[in-house]
Amino acid sequence: MSMEFLVASAIGMLTAAGIYLTLRGRTFPVVLGLTMLSYAINLFLFAIGRLTRNSPPLYEKGLTSYTDPLPQALVLTAIVISFGMTALAVVLSLRSFLETGTDQVDGAVEADPPRPDREAQS
Amino acid sequence: MIEALIAAPLLLPAFAGTATLLFLRRRRWIGAAISIGSALGLIAVSIILMGWATAGEPTAYALGDWPAPFGIVLVLDRLAALMLLLTALLGLAVSVHATVTGLDRKGWHFHSLFQFELLGLNGAFLTGDLFNLFVFFEVLLIASYGLMLHGQGARRLTAGVQYVIVNLIGSTLFLVALGLLYGLTGTLNMAHMAGRVAMLPAGDQGLAQAAGLLLAAVFALKAALLPLHLWLPRTYAAAAPAVAALFAIMTKVGAYAIMRTMPLIFGDAAGAFLLPAALGTMLLGFVGLLAARGLREMAAFGLVGSTAMLLTAVALFDGQAMAAALYYLPHTTLSAALLFLTVDLIIRWRGAEGAAIVPTPRYAGQGMLAFLFLAAAVALSGLPPLSGFIGKLLILRATLASPHVVAIWVVVLGTSLIALIGLARAGSRLFWKEDATQPVNADRPAPGRVEALPAFFLLALLAGLTICSGPATAYMEATSAQIFDTGGYVRSVLGSGDEGKGGE
Repeated sequence: MSMEFLVASAIGMLTAAGIYLTLRGRTFPVVLGLTMLSYAINLFLFAIGRLTRNSPPLYEKGLTSYTDPLPQALVLTAIVISFGMTALAVVLSLRSFLETGTDQVDGAVEADPPRPDREAQS
Repeated sequence: MIEALIAAPLLLPAFAGTATLLFLRRRRWIGAAISIGSALGLIAVSIILMGWATAGEPTAYALGDWPAPFGIVLVLDRLAALMLLLTALLGLAVSVHATVTGLDRKGWHFHSLFQFELLGLNGAFLTGDLFNLFVFFEVLLIASYGLMLHGQGARRLTAGVQYVIVNLIGSTLFLVALGLLYGLTGTLNMAHMAGRVAMLPAGDQGLAQAAGLLLAAVFALKAALLPLHLWLPRTYAAAAPAVAALFAIMTKVGAYAIMRTMPLIFGDAAGAFLLPAALGTMLLGFVGLLAARGLREMAAFGLVGSTAMLLTAVALFDGQAMAAALYYLPHTTLSAALLFLTVDLIIRWRGAEGAAIVPTPRYAGQGMLAFLFLAAAVALSGLPPLSGFIGKLLILRATLASPHVVAIWVVVLGTSLIALIGLARAGSRLFWKEDATQPVNADRPAPGRVEALPAFFLLALLAGLTICSGPATAYMEATSAQIFDTGGYVRSVLGSGDEGKGGE
């Protein structure tokens, strides 16, 4: 399998999982989903400078082929920002769980807790 | 060398924000003084910069003296100068209001967060580089998360979680669009990209258009346009009203980014979906205003509606309509902020009723508040004495040539009526009707006049915009011409002649 296929399908799967998880109504899956999305984006940004092998992004003696260094700088910035943001989202959802007593994103408390004897009745 | 002043709107709040941290525990007033002083300094700087911008072509300042396509540039043109001045004036009003009403004592680091918010806003207006636009968006968003949660409470936290999640996803989409554009054009400098996108081979045009639409969607999210508006009313209604007044400019950041990037990079093709979305949002915003049961929700929906009015004019991507939109832009920002500050004052001086739109017993200082509310309502619904009327007239006149003129006129005039009814209903409930019950806290001292000063300052600015509408429209027309003169922008960023040799 080619490297392009692997990278592309990894980005696709991460994005799909991320979208699925962010659409869940609870804060923990949402935070996980955001993390996956940001990983997908970092990989994507890394790949936009075209995938090449054995070529450094910086000048090196005797080499003629280079990778585009700019995407790597962009990824670095994006990683820092997304790390900070994830930390904030974690703290915020923890705080909101402690304050409201529910981890639903919309703050609504569940109507009924699931009953363990449901199978027995039906 | 003198161009270095262009970096001042970034450096001043950055230093002021750090300096206020030093005076946090003792001498809180020094922190507040630094914050207000920085806002005053920003006003002075942006007036000087506006003078330069009016003089002629856009000016580019290369940070670190690296030439444009490789280094990062700050670009000052009429539009950027206008936004800087507007931000600085609003920043002054809000920081004074927050200090006087004691909002900055309800939690930590209010003034630092406030200054970093200004830093992010100014940076977004000045930068000439798409990735830096993303970074400054993040700076202003991070500061806004802090400001939004300032003062705490369960309701604010729940709304805050949603706000953060929505904006994180927005940032993700922004990065996807940036990645696509970089992969296609090999540059992130806006001026450079403008040339490269035009020269793309036919096979890549579709991808570039997809990236452009994605960018437009991200900016529409910031401006709370129809399918993407859901976060705004809840967030702004939950935030402290003074903070929400500052956030009134954050929706305009989205509008600004649309004005800046769409004509420059993508032509006007990316704006096709913008007009129906804006009209729908306007309807939604003002109907929401009518339906709102609390003052804060009412103000938040008013902001949604008036921002949509602005975007309706922007969406036509035509010189005259853009000039009208630019005249309406300071008006909608200031009037929404005025409404939020007034709402804050009303809530503070009312008893247990708080923000609910219900009659209360009479209380001291009601007359002044009623006047402020009337003024804010007149401004927001666009009635004659204030600048909203002129702005709406200009927008209506500019749409005459558009094929969608009937739809635009119907929605604009209809929603103005709805807004008027909603605001009149709220005002008469608040100030005319009287609750028969005994006042609970009749012995409360009359409110201080000083607290209302920032609101009156905003009102004075609105009045000034009305009185100077002649020179103002002239300035806006020149600005609009400059927005569509993409050649001039590219020339002043990349220097004349070397547009082609930018990236090897």
